[in-house]
Amino acid sequence: MSMGGVSGGRRRFLTATASVVGGAGLGFTAVPFISAWQPSERTRAIGAPVQINVSKLEPGQLVTVLWRGKPVWVVRRTPETLDALSGLDPVLRDPDSQVVEQQPEYARNRHRSLNPEYLVLVGICTHLGCSPQYVVAAGADRYDLGADWPGGFFCPCHGSKFDLAGRVYPGVPAPTNLEVPPHRYLDGDRIEIGVDHGVKESLS
Amino acid sequence: MSWVKRGACIAGLVALALAGGAHAAGGAIPLLEAKVELGDRASLQRGAKLFVNYCAGCHSARFMRYSRMGRDLGLTEEQVGANLMFASDKPGDPILATLGEADANAWFGRPPPDLSLSARARGPDWIYTYLMTFYRDESRPFGANNLVYPDVAMPHALVELQGVQARREDAGDGPAAPTGAGELLELVEPGSMSVAEYRRAVRDLVNFMVYVGEPAKLDRYVLGGWVLLFLLVFFVISRLLYKEYWKDVH
Amino acid sequence: MNRLLGWIDARFPLVSLWEEHASRYYAPKNFNFWYYFGSIALVVLVIQIVSGIWLTMNYKPSATEAFASVESIMRDVEWGWLIRYMHSTGSSFFFIAVYLHMFRAIIYGSYKGNRELIWLLGMFIYVILMAEAFMGYLLPWGQMSYWGAQVIISLFGAIPFGIGEALALWIRGDYVVSDATLNRFFALHVVALPLALLAVVVLHLLALHEVGSNNPDGVEIKRNKGPDGNPRDGIPFHPYYTVKDLMGVTVFLFLFAIVVFFVPEFGGWFLEKDNFVPADPLRTPEHIVPLWYFTPFYAILRAIPDKLTGVLAMGASIVVLFFLPWIDRHPVKSIRYRGPLFAALIAMFVLTFLVLGVLGTQPPTRVLGELGLRFGELYFSFFIVLWLYSRERRAAAHVNTFIVMAVLIAAADVIRFDPGKVELMLWSALIPIVYYAVFVLAPIVTSLNEPRPVPERVVYR
Repeated sequence: MSMGGVSGGRRRFLTATASVVGGAGLGFTAVPFISAWQPSERTRAIGAPVQINVSKLEPGQLVTVLWRGKPVWVVRRTPETLDALSGLDPVLRDPDSQVVEQQPEYARNRHRSLNPEYLVLVGICTHLGCSPQYVVAAGADRYDLGADWPGGFFCPCHGSKFDLAGRVYPGVPAPTNLEVPPHRYLDGDRIEIGVDHGVKESLS
Repeated sequence: MSWVKRGACIAGLVALALAGGAHAAGGAIPLLEAKVELGDRASLQRGAKLFVNYCAGCHSARFMRYSRMGRDLGLTEEQVGANLMFASDKPGDPILATLGEADANAWFGRPPPDLSLSARARGPDWIYTYLMTFYRDESRPFGANNLVYPDVAMPHALVELQGVQARREDAGDGPAAPTGAGELLELVEPGSMSVAEYRRAVRDLVNFMVYVGEPAKLDRYVLGGWVLLFLLVFFVISRLLYKEYWKDVH
Repeated sequence: MNRLLGWIDARFPLVSLWEEHASRYYAPKNFNFWYYFGSIALVVLVIQIVSGIWLTMNYKPSATEAFASVESIMRDVEWGWLIRYMHSTGSSFFFIAVYLHMFRAIIYGSYKGNRELIWLLGMFIYVILMAEAFMGYLLPWGQMSYWGAQVIISLFGAIPFGIGEALALWIRGDYVVSDATLNRFFALHVVALPLALLAVVVLHLLALHEVGSNNPDGVEIKRNKGPDGNPRDGIPFHPYYTVKDLMGVTVFLFLFAIVVFFVPEFGGWFLEKDNFVPADPLRTPEHIVPLWYFTPFYAILRAIPDKLTGVLAMGASIVVLFFLPWIDRHPVKSIRYRGPLFAALIAMFVLTFLVLGVLGTQPPTRVLGELGLRFGELYFSFFIVLWLYSRERRAAAHVNTFIVMAVLIAAADVIRFDPGKVELMLWSALIPIVYYAVFVLAPIVTSLNEPRPVPERVVYR
């Protein structure tokens, strides 16, 4: 063995080329393995938009539907509760829905919904993922929410409170308002949760 | 080790593979060739329509989702919804038969098999021949029998397209009897399609079933070419690297 | 960088490990084509482990869900088809690599010169691999998975005195192959056996690096050291063999990719048609074939018209391989210096193995069954002749061997005598007769078995 006539430059160049090209190859190989962790076609099919008919809902009633494995609430609000919403503005943390990720653009309003009467919310607390309770004004005692509780949502895990538009109260651990999922009205009675295109038409 | 010997090794492996008739199922008659063209999207679309109209009433393809099918066949969600899906199905749903299991048992004795993987289990040629060789047989419950699947429990679903075939009177049973499907059967009542049209329709249907058997096949060939090209380039680099280092070894 | 290395080295023998096993591990410089397959097998092991881990993420080990979950991997999981084909192709390529690796050891006598343990550990790898492949094949829960497992487990039932039946029941955990069987096979396939495999692979490499690699000339390079204390015919594994193996692995990956992307079923050899039909305990496929890497042994099993003897013979055909280092004691290691008859004997063994492999895939007709039996006899005869060739023996030893074997084979034919195929038995008896005449009697009258002198140094062009 001898090192005579060896060109170190060529050797270094080839080693570098092989390392870079081989590394790129390993990188390409990693892509399928990383992508395989994305939600599968099956998961996406299960997480497809869900429809709910709200015509049978009583005023003040809440129904829960499952969308992408999460509870989604649909609440039919009474005119009185809607009126009360603006009165809460001074005491809430984000009354005007400044945190834009928490709702689609079309729900960035006082009542945080397409149709003021129906509130659609993802029923997951923005603190650590528990599902809050729907507590009407009359039920405030049970959770010691005070006599002036106007109705809203209370998270038993860590005590976060939200009003009937899913807006968070200050002084609780939850940082933001509850999330409004993309949704649209197929006609007057049927809401589809999970898609929001064609919203403009259904608003009118 | 010479390249000749290396070549011989690889040739041996290939020969072993070609002897793979080992697993070919022996059929009663030689199979017709389906000659499907998986790259022919129009054929796949026609096949999908045939499948939904003539097969999916009784047979499911429970591993095939409408949404995936639409994407792969170049159809919009609306097109799939309007032409290929049953009203109650959602895009993410698999193709499920409308026929209930209880009815199926009552009518056919057992539920019609799922067709997701038939093309992989049977092979395209078998399915093609099967769909070409139904013939009239009054002794069977549905009045039809089949050359490659004798006494099959299924009626001829495509009879309105193909028409009715019957065994040729002059085809004897002796050793010199014709064995090909074309020689054994003759068309006695024409269907709505000509012979050539029907042949194409079955080819489209089989093509679609090959696709359903393995949707990834559409991606596989394309990606494979790139991977091989990359490895070829890397081989050249690694060979140069090897030659460079091994200059030291005397 | 150097400081970090120093920091680690003060706490862990990183540099010395690297030197001992790579940069100062001196390997003979005359490695040829056959020496790629060790590294290649290691690469396949990595492919199998990584793709296997990813498959586990979506696979459901339950009789009701397994088949559908595999199809879900093929269709619903992004890139799942690629990962699954890597794994299914990898299993066959693992055996291709391992068989060629073992063949290399046989032709160059790599189990000689204190290398018996390397061979033994390698055999353990091979057996674990067989178990791994067998259990993995049940998991897709197709017809061939199910019935293949049913048949192989039933082999244990051949053990007499009720032990066999009890054992088979214990392995299955049910009266037939079922959900319970699937679940335990899954556990063994993804946890227990891979752990064992990795451990034995490490031991295999440690044993190899202790003794040093053999080479195509069978010359011990450590006997001839230069003034620097390193073998004159050796070169550091790194960088010389790392770059060479990189090239070999690239070629291997090219072939691997051809199969993965263009012919993953490989004409039914890697993925069987019947396995695209869900397992059905009420309906056996027309003919059950194990995957190709088991068929030589399966052919031996089937050829023998007695259940227990067949099972024993199949077991023996694997066990005998363990004893190879003690059967072949000839001082010359490499086929290059052992005379034409030895080369012909090896060639004949390869042919025997391939013929048995093909026969194992065929339905056991009268003629093929008989052929299977004769080639089964040749399979074992290889080891007898190998033992006979271990040293120079007197002519009487050869003649006696011939007589003893002739009597044994004749006795076997008498025991299995079938008046329906006398002619077939007589004609096929020519196969072992010619074999023994050539390999046992020819060395007496010719010099075809004379070894040639082994050179002092390796031959490197």
